[in-house]
Amino acid sequence: MQHKDPLLTVQGVTLQYKTPHHLITATYRVSFDVMQGDRFILLGPSGCGKSTLQKAVGGYITPTEGEMRLKGRRITQPGPDRMMVFQEFDQLLPWKTVKQNVTFALQASGRMNKREAEEKAMEYVVKVGLESFADSHPHMLSGGMKQRVAIARGMAMEPDILLMDEPFAALDALTRRRMQDELLKLWDETRFTVLFVTHSIAEAIKIGNRILLLSPHPGRVKAELNSTTDPARATELEQYIHQMLFAHEPEEAEHV
Amino acid sequence: MSEAVAQLRSIRPEPDEPRPEIFHDEIDGDDLSVVEQRLSLFEILYREAWLRKLLILIALAVIWEIYGRSLNNDLLFPTFSATMAAFFRAVMDGSLPAAAWSSGKVLLMGYGLGIALAATLTALAMASRIGTDFLETMTSMFNPLPAIALLPLALIWFGLGNASLIFVLVHSVTWAIALNTHSGFLNVSQTMKMVGRNYGLRGPRFIAKILIPAAFPSILTGLKIGWAFAWRTLIAAELVFGVSSGSGGLGWLIFENKNMLDIPKVFAGLLTVIIIGLVVENLIFRTIERLTIERWGVQH
Repeated sequence: MQHKDPLLTVQGVTLQYKTPHHLITATYRVSFDVMQGDRFILLGPSGCGKSTLQKAVGGYITPTEGEMRLKGRRITQPGPDRMMVFQEFDQLLPWKTVKQNVTFALQASGRMNKREAEEKAMEYVVKVGLESFADSHPHMLSGGMKQRVAIARGMAMEPDILLMDEPFAALDALTRRRMQDELLKLWDETRFTVLFVTHSIAEAIKIGNRILLLSPHPGRVKAELNSTTDPARATELEQYIHQMLFAHEPEEAEHV
Repeated sequence: MSEAVAQLRSIRPEPDEPRPEIFHDEIDGDDLSVVEQRLSLFEILYREAWLRKLLILIALAVIWEIYGRSLNNDLLFPTFSATMAAFFRAVMDGSLPAAAWSSGKVLLMGYGLGIALAATLTALAMASRIGTDFLETMTSMFNPLPAIALLPLALIWFGLGNASLIFVLVHSVTWAIALNTHSGFLNVSQTMKMVGRNYGLRGPRFIAKILIPAAFPSILTGLKIGWAFAWRTLIAAELVFGVSSGSGGLGWLIFENKNMLDIPKVFAGLLTVIIIGLVVENLIFRTIERLTIERWGVQH
């Protein structure tokens, strides 16, 4: 049992949003705690509201029920203490170079002056291995490089928690694996806290230390598990999670 | 189910003998005869678009000159050389620059006012739904109405003078710019807006630092269309009543010289209209495009 206070508490959160014809409940009374230094995964099939839940932590959606607190402060609006890394490549500002993208984040949030921001930005650009592309505009970069910039930007802000919404889902399989390794290496260096959304069980086990399983329509917590680094245990855990998520579904759906 | 599997098998039979796996050594590039070779001078020159276009212009000028000489009637169709002579004479005696300046002044005033009005309308449209409806209704009503059609009314309201010209110009500029800017703002991706709010940007800073740069391609398109409308409208309006606006602009210069049957000077006036249009569209706007949206890789 851990005795320190959790960094992020999510208490009985119900999220609803409206489409032109329906009111949709994305998640229903979801609760979990994220500790300092956690690599906390939200895992579930599509429609389980995991992205919506993360956007709510980001402050973009207000819960209809329950509340979320970061370091004891209630989350009401977006802010630089929770940096988002999105799946989409257009999250970088195309009119700024790689370095400017990171610098601008630091300056716009009013954290530091231009010179400090530039130094810090460069430090993190080097950290993700893009120093030779510091002065390139985003459209010259590959998908993997763009995601690296987004991660550098998120980390440079030194937020309380980094929110990553399927950041590697749009990458090819080889790049995705390399990015996962790099993310873990970065975590080893700085021990940031990250809330990571994915629909890949293997990715969840590899990246996370704690996994929240959500069931779909609407999203409800099914289980909260510890991950493992032992390969044999990982295979076992993968099968176990797979069963938990898809046991009630017919055979054919498994291999989709 | 098992039938389908059997079918699959027959399409992809197991090989009887495993095929050998092949590994290659890296091939040396030394045997390659050409790695880098300079292109011939002709090829280098032919690749330059401006040079090819210059060739076309020269060819047209030659055809013009030959046709003009064979027609031998300066009143109907002066030769290229006569036009150029009239052009340089008019530049030297100052009548052409003065006319161009007088047109340009009015144009810039109308253009500037149009931009300001478009910015206000777009801001209102972004701020509230009723503002959006207002802008959409106004644009769909006035955008198809050629500005020059308002000239008779403008003459009654503002009299023979620059005020009427500017009124017509503002009308021709505003709707195109407002329409494009507004649609540009609406098309800014959700992700980019979320990124901006993530930085803690709100209100005017959010608009200035995220929305305007993100919508810049559309804004620039609006500015270009607005400019083209304004320039054409201005020349047309001056042709009708340039006499009123003091010294008179380019349109008036063309009209006046036609009345005096100085046709080479009419051609010189037309040439100036073309040159100014070309310079603004191809030099100024092209340069802005190259420095912004092309460098950002966001042109559509």
